[in-house]
Amino acid sequence: MTQAVMEAIDLAQSYEVSRGLLAKSATVKAVAGISFALAPRTTLAVVGESGSGKSTLARMLTMIEKPGTGALLIDNVDVADADAGTRRRYRGEVQMVFQNPYGSLNPRQTIGTAIEEPLLVNTRLSAAERRERAIDMMKRVGLRPEHHGRYPHMFSGGQRQRIAIARALVLRPKILVLDEPVSALDVSVRAQVLNLLVELQESLGVAYVFVSHDLGVVRHMADEVMVMYLGRAVEHGPRDAIFDSPKHPYTRALMSATPVADPEAKKERIVLEGELPSPFNPPTGCAFNPRCPLAFERCRHEAPPLEMKAGRMVACWAVEPS
Amino acid sequence: MAAPSPLLSIRNLSVTFATGRGPFRAVDKVDLDVATGELVAIVGESGSGKSVAMLAVMGLLPWTATVTADRLTFDGKDMLALTPRERRKIIGRDLAMIFQEPMSSLNPCFTVGFQLREAMKAHLDLDRTARQKRAVELLELVGIPEPERRLKAFPHQLSGGMSQRVMIAMALACNPKLIIADEPTTALDVTIQAQILDLLLRLQKDSGVGLVLITHDMGVVAETAQRVCVHYAGQQVEMQPTHGLFRDPHHPYTSALLAALPERASGRILPSIPGVVPGLADRPAGCLFSPRCRFATQTCRTVPPPRAGADLGYALCHTPLVDGHPRALKKLEMPA
Repeated sequence: MTQAVMEAIDLAQSYEVSRGLLAKSATVKAVAGISFALAPRTTLAVVGESGSGKSTLARMLTMIEKPGTGALLIDNVDVADADAGTRRRYRGEVQMVFQNPYGSLNPRQTIGTAIEEPLLVNTRLSAAERRERAIDMMKRVGLRPEHHGRYPHMFSGGQRQRIAIARALVLRPKILVLDEPVSALDVSVRAQVLNLLVELQESLGVAYVFVSHDLGVVRHMADEVMVMYLGRAVEHGPRDAIFDSPKHPYTRALMSATPVADPEAKKERIVLEGELPSPFNPPTGCAFNPRCPLAFERCRHEAPPLEMKAGRMVACWAVEPS
Repeated sequence: MAAPSPLLSIRNLSVTFATGRGPFRAVDKVDLDVATGELVAIVGESGSGKSVAMLAVMGLLPWTATVTADRLTFDGKDMLALTPRERRKIIGRDLAMIFQEPMSSLNPCFTVGFQLREAMKAHLDLDRTARQKRAVELLELVGIPEPERRLKAFPHQLSGGMSQRVMIAMALACNPKLIIADEPTTALDVTIQAQILDLLLRLQKDSGVGLVLITHDMGVVAETAQRVCVHYAGQQVEMQPTHGLFRDPHHPYTSALLAALPERASGRILPSIPGVVPGLADRPAGCLFSPRCRFATQTCRTVPPPRAGADLGYALCHTPLVDGHPRALKKLEMPA
């Protein structure tokens, strides 16, 4: 593997949540022990349902939040426990695109100002240079220079997401964290934005952390896939290994639950019972055991470690080591 | 087209909204027949008028909307001629609707049980204990554990999947003949979506109720529907049985929509549809899809397209596709 541009080692985050006046406050483990290495020009997709901790992970990777424990290396420098100056310097290297393009742009700011703002905060460029960089980036994402002075309400959802991508890329980050970037978009527009992301990755060499719940999109975009359940990675490996032969029962259920746009496709149907357990009192042993069709005695007492099995990392007692 | 006397029959339904910038036609000459026990899906992107058409059937549109139709009958009754009092007797009882966002469709101030019994109180001749018994049965039917306890819960105490089950139970409360489900699983996670879809399919099969499923997800359509209507910019551009639609789409929009799905793509770059859906100001003169269509000709840009026959999926197109290639309509050459 080439030199990793971002490396996460055992990242974890937990929150204290007060549960009313009389009850003791509880600790919620939002993310527990996530590790990965991300090479330039590659895409790591993080898959999981709501409550799986994927947004908390995204917040730690973008340094919006300090990780509770663990290390986050960017260009081999640990930024998790670094001083404010170092963190500030590396923040420009990791940028984020949010899910909702309607909520993530200030309606009172022209899009030119919005795209130039990261430059104003992080660089010492002159106004003319900032404008030049902004317009260059707008062209790259398929916006016209005359859009510079317009306001967000004049743009459609797809165009707004292009604006958000331009703003995230204007500092030329090495890593872009995309939190459900296309789930608010219609199918025809979604394809345009996905194509744009592929083109930008090829021309700028940026690495993506692509958070999504849409397996069709993930299969299209990802090089590596990490499936999360209740704050932990349950399966993590190369895309083809995971999509062609998923091993963890949760991954398999997730794939069988995703509707396929082909009425003639025959597939195994695993419908999971119940819902994601409350993170306040996660089940003992494997977090997935109450819903798991394969669960046996050991799963209820002992949490399985994330181990290398059949060409990918998987955390399950029922998967035979090969 | 369908069975001799369909449950729901719509011909030439149009809905126009009076807006500050002039009239806006949200639904444009839509036809639909749904038979008892049939599952029809309506697919389209946002702004295609798929929800508005069904809200018109329910009579739930605001006063700014003007609804016109040659025929709009449900169960033999003309829905446009009904007085509001008569309509209220039908909707909620024979014709039920499930809405998109379960969390915001339930009233936060009342318990689930109260809201579930409310529909029965209005429509069914049951006493208090019978209503309570039926409410428990309904929650069991939709797979909610501990129904007696859940009936006392407020909506905020339920998860999204649970709330949607309650909405489904509410729709089923009075044994409807037709259920309209407007994006019933869009707000839910995939594993919960699978549970809810399975539930809807099972109930539809067991009770023989007709189901209209409004969705934007081609995957959901492929796995559930028997017949599909594709809407674009308020018009119904194609209608076909599900297998045919996915195998050989006749309208260029359907074809482009299917090609743009990442799971059907072969290369790294997806065949996307350029441009966006036309709005109020930039409606093209001829075919509404012509500015984005890769097969558009001069005729398409100036003359509104005719509707093709059943063999071509009732495609609203001058040159419907056969096996991905455009074919000129013979009707075009003949003088009208």
